[in-house]
Amino acid sequence: MSEFELESHAPKGPLQDRWKQHKFNSRVVSPANRKKYTVIVVGTGLAGASAAASLGEMGYRVKTFCFQDSPRRAHSIAAQGGINAAKNYQNDGDSVWRLFYDTIKGGDFRARESNVFRLAELSTSIIDQAVAQGVPFAREYSGYLANRSFGGAQVSRTFYARGQTGQQLLLGAYQAMSRQVAEGHIEHRSRCEMQELIMDGERAIGIITRDLVTGELESHLADCVVLCTGGYGNAFYLSTNAKGCNTSAIWRAHKKGALFANPCFTQIHPTCIPQHGELQSKLTLMSESLRNDGRVWAPKNKADCDKNPEDIPEQDRDYFLERMYPSFGNLVPRDIASRAVKLICDEGRGVGAEIDGQKLGVYLDFADAIKNQGLDAVREKYGNLFEMYQRITAENPYQTPMRIYPAVHYTMGGLWVDYNLMTSVDGLFAGGEANFSDHGANRLGASALMQGLADGYFILPTTVSDYLARHQPIKPEQHQQQVTTAMQEAQSRIDQLMNAPEPTKTPDEFHRQLGQILWHACGMAREKNSLLKAVEQIKTLRDEFWQKLKITGTAAQLNQTLERAGRVADFFELTELMCLDALEREESCGCHAREEHLTDEGEAQRNDMDYSFVAAWQYSGDVSNPVLLREYLHFDFVRPSIRNYQ
Amino acid sequence: MIFKLNIWRQDSSEAEGFFEAHQVDASEDSSFLEMLDALNEQLIVEGKDPVAFDFDCREGICGSCNLVINGTPHGKQRATTSCQQYMRDYVDDKELWIEPWRATAFPVIKDLIVDRTAFDRIIQSGGYVPIRTGSACEANTLPVEKEVADAAFDAATCIGCGACVAVCPNASATLFVAAKVSHLSTLPQGQIDKKRPARMLQAMENEGFGSCSNYRECERVCPKEIKVTTITTMNRLLYRQS
Repeated sequence: MSEFELESHAPKGPLQDRWKQHKFNSRVVSPANRKKYTVIVVGTGLAGASAAASLGEMGYRVKTFCFQDSPRRAHSIAAQGGINAAKNYQNDGDSVWRLFYDTIKGGDFRARESNVFRLAELSTSIIDQAVAQGVPFAREYSGYLANRSFGGAQVSRTFYARGQTGQQLLLGAYQAMSRQVAEGHIEHRSRCEMQELIMDGERAIGIITRDLVTGELESHLADCVVLCTGGYGNAFYLSTNAKGCNTSAIWRAHKKGALFANPCFTQIHPTCIPQHGELQSKLTLMSESLRNDGRVWAPKNKADCDKNPEDIPEQDRDYFLERMYPSFGNLVPRDIASRAVKLICDEGRGVGAEIDGQKLGVYLDFADAIKNQGLDAVREKYGNLFEMYQRITAENPYQTPMRIYPAVHYTMGGLWVDYNLMTSVDGLFAGGEANFSDHGANRLGASALMQGLADGYFILPTTVSDYLARHQPIKPEQHQQQVTTAMQEAQSRIDQLMNAPEPTKTPDEFHRQLGQILWHACGMAREKNSLLKAVEQIKTLRDEFWQKLKITGTAAQLNQTLERAGRVADFFELTELMCLDALEREESCGCHAREEHLTDEGEAQRNDMDYSFVAAWQYSGDVSNPVLLREYLHFDFVRPSIRNYQ
Repeated sequence: MIFKLNIWRQDSSEAEGFFEAHQVDASEDSSFLEMLDALNEQLIVEGKDPVAFDFDCREGICGSCNLVINGTPHGKQRATTSCQQYMRDYVDDKELWIEPWRATAFPVIKDLIVDRTAFDRIIQSGGYVPIRTGSACEANTLPVEKEVADAAFDAATCIGCGACVAVCPNASATLFVAAKVSHLSTLPQGQIDKKRPARMLQAMENEGFGSCSNYRECERVCPKEIKVTTITTMNRLLYRQS
């Protein structure tokens, strides 16, 4: 594959006309012919469920798959804060252009202008759609929709449903999808996990799945395949992702030829509940919206770190975000806030439990908010979050400040897609967090829901139709050979997992070790030597994994240990690529902080001359030697500036 | 500290189930599911079959986890899912009895995992607003009174876990159905479909759930505190529209 083929297919011309023009240039399938085409959608979170519902409404035959016991459980459900849209209901100067600019700047100028503009443009239709579905967004007493400002934005453009915006939007998409199931347009399978992509030459024509209840492998052929399988933050073991989130679908697609873009771009969210012990299975996010009213601080003096926070007088507190970034204060973007928290803890001014000999936590304090706005107002806004915090920590945040520490939250990287959201494999699309397309090197708050739904409701239905219109419906009987090949690959991987030579260690134990390596080398700070070391450690541990993996039970039944092992096996390969990508990118940008490329103040130092590109990695047959292809980014409408939130 | 467990084991829906005794060493600060993780790690290393149980987000919102702990769906902390129960609240319990949801409409798949797809089919029978993608009007065209929106939201927080069914002597899913009806049918966007309550209740019956006879146990164990007043709302809509 040459770099020429890394064509984004983004239309030319004025930015505001590109999507309109592109839609007009896209082909359509006539209503009578749509039922002749089958579309597979893997993953039924926001992107997958909304895409499936929309494609089903159009009349295509849609087959959907999720590993959970119902589409309603996808991890989109856990998004708390909200969804951005350039409605400008607050009359505070917002516009599509401003949302576009904020998003591309927030991503530190490492995303495509065309894609990001389209996202901003579609944001308003998402709100219309969701409200019509009955999504109960917060309203003012007037009965009109309410907004709030959210991390990294100076306008109020975030729509929200208390702290459960993701839940309500997912249920809206799930219900729309359920309606299509009832009408017979969607055939859905729960507890069913994709194992392999079926290829006809260079084209994706279906998937092999494992029925997680019976263990049976099954083949499903289709005219195209859409992967909406989420992000890969669980590569770190501890993250805010659901336990089941995994990279398997996109990684197996990668090994069939789909390029993997910017794998090292991982968002570390600043406000999570700190880790409390070794047994801990996941980290819990506290919504970014808390930073609207909560003030982040740490003791000025190390000696105060063990004191009760209430006993530390005002003059001995360092409200470090307000001090370092006076104009944005506590609302600086996530990457900036996370790095600042790390800096403070590395200085030895952290608070709370010690993990590996370091106190990892700072305070998020609501005392001022409660004093100024009253307890009831604070409870109305954040009640459910405060309760959640109290349940987990046994501390009451109305009385004592919360403790927070950054945690892996979202992955901006993912499968490389063109403007049509098609990967480099013909007929294979990727939507939502599974693709890399819109967030560059850092995602702004309240824009994941926006992107997932823009992809699913509005972009994929157009671009999938265009693809189908260019092809005759496939004839399944002609593809039995390809099915057999893919089936054998899937079976042999399972056999290998089940039959390690010296079975002694559980998949979780390997995963925890892998996560530690990745967190220290490819987390909030990255540096050449530690990355090189991590690559070697990952390889060694991976060899041990295939030697010593222990799974009990059989593959011909419900076997959660086997499910986990399959996912960990894929993380073992992806993590190496993440480190290689971080090594290759000799600059700092957004979430990617290379210690060699920071300013004296510790801010990211971008290198636009050499690194204004998307790193798209091609599988070469050897996971340790991937091929780097570059998609250079061109900025015709915005000028990449230094992100300054001071 | 050491916890004594009696866990329901069942190989498949046809197999006979039984309680199996175990002991596990887990920190008081670990969550209930982390305690079970520790047990499973131990079982795998010993070459035994780990206990199958459902979980995903582990932050109380996805609705996957579903343990009956000492006879109460989701355990002793009220308004809390199984995954958000912490062992510090169980240090005084001499023994813990852990069981799956039990209802005809929720057959056991393995151990503590049950089949809850009946809930999906109930939603498919009418738990949606029939609006096509792209055909929505401008969002602020239709103001909704804040009280109405807030009440709809309260009902909409249902996570579809099924605790209401597990605790109900009739194994009824009325609270689940009523939550969805109250969410959608009270909003102006969802009022058009007058047959929603009837169709969803019919679907509930077809799935083998019992009907409501006002025990109100469901309200007590609902992790999202869905109120039985949603059932009142549903019944009002049902009779007004029939």
